[in-house]
Amino acid sequence: MTLLITVFAAIIATVKWYTRKDDTMCLGMLVFMFWGASIMWLGDAIFGYAEDKAAYFTPAPMDMLNDAFLGLSVVALALIIWLVRVLVTDPKGVVRKSMVKSTLKDKSKKEAHS
Amino acid sequence: MACFLVSAAEAVVVKGIEKHEEKVELEKIENEEASAEPEKIPLSRKLKWLSYMLWGGVVLLAFEHVWHGEVVPWFPFLTAMNDPADASEMFHEMATVGVTMAVLITVTWLAMCKVSDMIMTRKADDQVSSEA
Repeated sequence: MTLLITVFAAIIATVKWYTRKDDTMCLGMLVFMFWGASIMWLGDAIFGYAEDKAAYFTPAPMDMLNDAFLGLSVVALALIIWLVRVLVTDPKGVVRKSMVKSTLKDKSKKEAHS
Repeated sequence: MACFLVSAAEAVVVKGIEKHEEKVELEKIENEEASAEPEKIPLSRKLKWLSYMLWGGVVLLAFEHVWHGEVVPWFPFLTAMNDPADASEMFHEMATVGVTMAVLITVTWLAMCKVSDMIMTRKADDQVSSEA
């Protein structure tokens, strides 16, 4: 379930990357992260299948639920890492612009008081 | 148990090679030794793809191990290290599952490099034929 959720996230991120209008959102990093994790879990799944055979595809409902939660948490973590990178590198200058704007506002307020 | 550590080790090595390659390519550009093929993707960029895949996978798998209680924030960080039997099982898993993961990622990356080179050559060929 974790593998499946990560693969879907990787596919969606790849489609988003392919149809992007500009190159400023660091989508490539997200794509590589999801595919890297998917491939690694695929390796894990191969060994899981070799051990459990067909039973690998019929997990207990509780295990499936736990794996689904884990998959969603993994996607959330990857998105947070990506978001932090976008905000820190600030490729569109939005964060900087808003900071400059608020600084100027504070300055003009202080000047008006004095 | 700790299968992601194999990929983590590979990621560290790849990052080192990537930084070295970046330096070499920069020196080449500064010395104006740029290759006659401007359309070729530099090796440092290709290594960056591998690095991203490895680090991404390592971070997300490390999170999975924390989720399952196999990695803890206190020494020795891996719960399997507390028991010799568990530790030997962990090393076996690293040698099998861990190495398979690292090999799968590297093979995928090699295929990506091959395909990207093919795409770049195709584009260069298209440009030459349209100019003619």
